[in-house]
Amino acid sequence: MAGCDRSPVRVLSPDAVLEADGLHLWRGDRHVLRGVSVKVAAGQAVHVRGPNGAGKTSLLRTLAGFLWAEEGSIRWCGRPVGTDPDGYARALAYLGHENGLKADLTAGENLHYLTRTRRAADDASLTAMLARVGLGGREHVAVRALSAGQRRRVALARVALSGAQLWLLDEPFTNLDSGAVETLSGLIAAHVDAGGMALFTAHADVPLGGRTRHLELGA
Amino acid sequence: MATWTWFHRLASPPYVYRTAATLTPWFAVVAALAIGYGFFGGLVLAPPDYQQKDAFRIIYVHAPSAWLSLLAYTTLAVAAAVGLVWRMKVAHAVAAAAAPIGASFTFLALLTGSLWGKPMWGTWWTWDARLTSELILLFLYLGYMALRSAFDDRQRADRASAVLAVVGVVNVPIIHFSVTWWNSLHQGSTVMKLAKPSMPGSMLWPLLASFLGFTLLFAALLCVRLRAEILERERQASWLKSIVEKR
Amino acid sequence: MTGAPVVSLPGACARVFGREVRLAARRFGQILQPVTFFLMVTTLFPLALSPEPSLLRNIAPGVVWVGALLSSLLSLEALFRVDLDDGTLEQLLLSGQPLAGLLAAKMLAHWLLTGVPLVLAAPLAAASLSVPADALPVLMVSVALGTGIIGFVGAIGAALTLAGRRGSVLLSLLVLPLVMPVLIFGARATDLAIRGEPAAGGIWLLLAMLILAITLAPLAAAAAVRICLE
Repeated sequence: MAGCDRSPVRVLSPDAVLEADGLHLWRGDRHVLRGVSVKVAAGQAVHVRGPNGAGKTSLLRTLAGFLWAEEGSIRWCGRPVGTDPDGYARALAYLGHENGLKADLTAGENLHYLTRTRRAADDASLTAMLARVGLGGREHVAVRALSAGQRRRVALARVALSGAQLWLLDEPFTNLDSGAVETLSGLIAAHVDAGGMALFTAHADVPLGGRTRHLELGA
Repeated sequence: MATWTWFHRLASPPYVYRTAATLTPWFAVVAALAIGYGFFGGLVLAPPDYQQKDAFRIIYVHAPSAWLSLLAYTTLAVAAAVGLVWRMKVAHAVAAAAAPIGASFTFLALLTGSLWGKPMWGTWWTWDARLTSELILLFLYLGYMALRSAFDDRQRADRASAVLAVVGVVNVPIIHFSVTWWNSLHQGSTVMKLAKPSMPGSMLWPLLASFLGFTLLFAALLCVRLRAEILERERQASWLKSIVEKR
Repeated sequence: MTGAPVVSLPGACARVFGREVRLAARRFGQILQPVTFFLMVTTLFPLALSPEPSLLRNIAPGVVWVGALLSSLLSLEALFRVDLDDGTLEQLLLSGQPLAGLLAAKMLAHWLLTGVPLVLAAPLAAASLSVPADALPVLMVSVALGTGIIGFVGAIGAALTLAGRRGSVLLSLLVLPLVMPVLIFGARATDLAIRGEPAAGGIWLLLAMLILAITLAPLAAAAAVRICLE
């Protein structure tokens, strides 16, 4: 399920909502998240900002379900995410510091395996998405041979192909040139306009028009 | 809900900390009495074995140690599973506290077994099934403690080592069976006979007292180590500060 | 993006399995390394002891089994580590499928890619240790089952040591005591086969352990992977 309904068909749901309430997270003795609350509804984007060590990555990893917040709750469409973790995972796409790509496989193969463990997709849509992120004709190049920025684009293509409603993007624009930042902001904007949701961290401002809200995390 | 209140209390570090403090002297005193009687009765009063002469007396240390090596591992695994399923910090503290005690008793069982082996078989080490199982159990303990020490943060150390403990406890019967099978094929029947049915009361009662005493000694040690674990884990907690300030 | 049906668990497992096999094909040399190590270890014993055939035949089950065990351990180290480093392990967690199932597919591929070369190399090692040809089928079957158990049980250790320091030695410390029964049953079955006696008992015990490992190990490995990604 991409949205709230439990139907086996993926559609973006207009009433999907992610609510995180009073999240507290400790790493050893460090109190990383101190009561963070955030709400994202369908068609909204949230830009998480803050100095280094403010817990931006920890917040995204908590929302993605990797980290367990000792206090607070995360609800997807009103239900605690713990009640159906696999269903929630199908509704989200996560881009972390690592791209999640196999260097020995080509860009096309990587997208094939990553996308099709989640949903059915034809080859044409994979090729089209690679072209859209500016890698047209590169689907047979091994990821090893791509530049850091090009790998990031493949990773973003994977997110866009996932069919997920909620995109959690941790510094999606690292290593990207200004042209690519524009292309990929357009990708996020189109997703949000279509009723998707995005929560991302970025050092610079992202050209998303008026779609973005800001969430400031203190150090 | 009333049946669950004890469970929730067990999850509360201050409650466990105070209860362990109250129980420790009782466990320690009864353990000292039982071990005192067991050792005096076994090492001094009991008649020498007609076959093994005085060598058999090491059973009063060896058998309870071997029993504790298993009891401690079971305690560890049960506590670890509870901590894993209910995310209970105190249960992880129990597992962490039990491991070094269990490893020590396993080592003691191996040491006394080896000392026993010298007069019985004329060699310090023999690949007897019981001793071999005990040796592999020691390896399991050492692996558990090594894994625990490999983590920087305690929560992950707790949970990862708990998975290992549960996997280990599933494996212990398999290991024991395989070693017994292997031993029965390679050697005759040199298996130590513990608690012979014909054992006279003057030998048996001190042995039972030793078992009881060692078990309570384990309980007392566990309480002391558990308090130390809780102190270290809860050093930022307010309830602990108030206890310290009262002193 | 709309209307695309969700992938079934077997379908997702097939993708995971396929990716492992394709990756191995791209890096064929890495498959050969553990086997080469295995053959080298078995060569050490005649050199260290004596080339006397009757002696070699006596120690052959132990030598072949210890060699197979150690080389299986070597290849375990990279099982999840590489996926952790490039971020594909994170993506596996978020694929919306039961993680234990996907890991089982990955472990199955690992068994195929490390076990089969060892099964094929075992007769070579055995022949160099004067093992009669009659004993080779039992040896190969026991190595096939044994590498499966070591792979599945060892995967738990590989997952547990992901987050900590000192990975490789620690992995052996955790896994070796757990797989000692495999060594006992496998070496015993091989020994009986060399003596021309019926060896089915050990084989059946290995099969039982393999079924247990395939059933339970993916669950434990999935729990361990989640903990280490925290």
